[in-house]
Amino acid sequence: MIPAPDTAPASGPGSSEGRDDVLTVRNLDVAVGGRTLVEDVDFTIRAGERVGLIGESGSGKSLTALSVMGLLPEGLRASGSVRLAGVGHDLVGADEARMSRVRGKELAMVFQEPMTALNPTMKVGRQIAEVLLIHRTRPDRASAHAAAVELLAQVGLPDPEAAAQAYPHQFSGGQRQRVVLAIALANDPSLLVCDEPTTALDVTVQARVLDLIVRGVQDRRSAMLFITHDLAVVATACERVMVMYGGRLVESGPVREVFTRPRHRYTQGLIGASDLTMVDDRGRLATIPGSVPAAGQFPAGCVFRNRCAQATEVCATRPEWVPTGPDSGYACFHPVPESGAHGTGTPTNQEAGRG
Amino acid sequence: MAEQQTSAPLAPEPRTGPVDAISVRDVTRVYQRPRTSLRHPSPPVHALRGVGFAIPQGQRFGIVGESGCGKSTLLRILAGLDRPTGGSVAIDGRDITGLRERQLKFVRERLQLVFQDPMSSLDPRMRVGDIVAEPLVAQGHGNRRERVAELLEAVGLRADAANRYPHQFSGGQRQRISIARALAPRPKIIVADEPVSALDVSVRAQVLNLIADLVDELSLTLVFVSHDLSVVRHVCDRVAVMHAGQIVETGSTEQVYEDPQHSYTRRLIAAVPTLGKALSGVSAADLNRE
Repeated sequence: MIPAPDTAPASGPGSSEGRDDVLTVRNLDVAVGGRTLVEDVDFTIRAGERVGLIGESGSGKSLTALSVMGLLPEGLRASGSVRLAGVGHDLVGADEARMSRVRGKELAMVFQEPMTALNPTMKVGRQIAEVLLIHRTRPDRASAHAAAVELLAQVGLPDPEAAAQAYPHQFSGGQRQRVVLAIALANDPSLLVCDEPTTALDVTVQARVLDLIVRGVQDRRSAMLFITHDLAVVATACERVMVMYGGRLVESGPVREVFTRPRHRYTQGLIGASDLTMVDDRGRLATIPGSVPAAGQFPAGCVFRNRCAQATEVCATRPEWVPTGPDSGYACFHPVPESGAHGTGTPTNQEAGRG
Repeated sequence: MAEQQTSAPLAPEPRTGPVDAISVRDVTRVYQRPRTSLRHPSPPVHALRGVGFAIPQGQRFGIVGESGCGKSTLLRILAGLDRPTGGSVAIDGRDITGLRERQLKFVRERLQLVFQDPMSSLDPRMRVGDIVAEPLVAQGHGNRRERVAELLEAVGLRADAANRYPHQFSGGQRQRISIARALAPRPKIIVADEPVSALDVSVRAQVLNLIADLVDELSLTLVFVSHDLSVVRHVCDRVAVMHAGQIVETGSTEQVYEDPQHSYTRRLIAAVPTLGKALSGVSAADLNRE
């Protein structure tokens, strides 16, 4: 309805902003009381791009997603800027009336727990039709219902006619998540935010839902922000990945690059710890010492320094973001040296053996 | 040492020998669901349909399967918390299927459990020292304070952790407390039900290393249940794959992973996303293809 603003605010760290930018997040902070939970998050997602946001629990990844959607819990405040293509206002600070016009239309989401995302007292066909009618993308009930059935077919539910007439409790977890996905994709959103959408699912069901999500956004050329703690899932579903720890982005870049040649020590540790096929000569897995601190308890300076073997005094000051490409970079004083001879930024296909 | 005493009724201290730590024969478990209709009873649920396997002393045995495959029911039966409808279970050569609660005391000593969620399996109102000592109290052991300190140290916690409450610990530390509690009565068998599924990646490796170390040091038999095949592959020597209440495949871990025979096992292995696979170009569609 509202014409897209042509100007994206502020130039990011070397990012060439273009007309393709769907989501532009600049200097996003989330705070509660005097505590900063998410600090200075900056990124851009373009149309058709699938970007993963990984981090352990308490790293701030869900808060980042919630502030994009304007769904932060009571008491938490976001500041900075979140712009979505096709929406004339900033999403940070937008009131509920404006946000509810955006959510379910340009901006859609899939959460971890599909049972709580669905209304247990409403047939799923009506729940899908509802988003079409609320945003007036279908003229009447009949056509909305037909579209709902079509969407249920797209997410691979057998007998979509009958499925539309069923209640959420009549479905399995994976089927419910597919219904949620159908609702999310109903209005061809420009951005789909997925927060741990497959974490509660069995592996075979996870494979199916991941496939549907990726196909759903590809077909619509939607941008996707995919949040998970599972590195393998991100590597499978996304092209680009951002690593979050202690409320900050500590590294980002193309999936292959970040996972085969991580620069930040945390990313390196995370990859090492999640690789269960690599053991040392005593048969032990690589670990990161210590555990993730509670929110607000991260050290000043580099948030990872109290668990990092490389940390020195300089890490008590905050490391600057070091860009290594248009969408990649890291924030670390003692990065992993680049392997290979003079491999500065050359996209050599190092073998996946280390990953 | 290796005496043939398989069917001896009294074998109170069976040592490492020919007697299997756990042997399960043709176990079935049928649940009756509550009625939903006045006319017909609800159809029974066959949670386990003829499950059988034997775990020799000292083995690390994995059970993998998706939700609803019956692995939790099987665990409950192994631990003497539930009774099979048919078949038999023997712990250290002693049949436990017909025993009464009082007669199960030896099972509680020999076999201990570690659960998935370290928050809900630790009483929030008890101090860690009392939590770890509880199996000792239940079994009437003395000299608990020293034992608790020793146990906490063995799982990598400081002895003064005993005076604190579970909520003061992180998820990984809580799982260490669960492990300390399980080890308290000096069991020979540890049954771990998804012990690392609720943990962060960076902590998961720590807890897996701890479990492996303890199993080695104390020469324990480990039954490790998980939906995560890569974890089972790392931890276990042998694995059983469960599907719809049955074991569809069993064998050495390497063999099952490298050359799965059953179509379900193949599908399961194919569906697991890994970094290696993803970086060599396996997409979400490929995982779903099998």
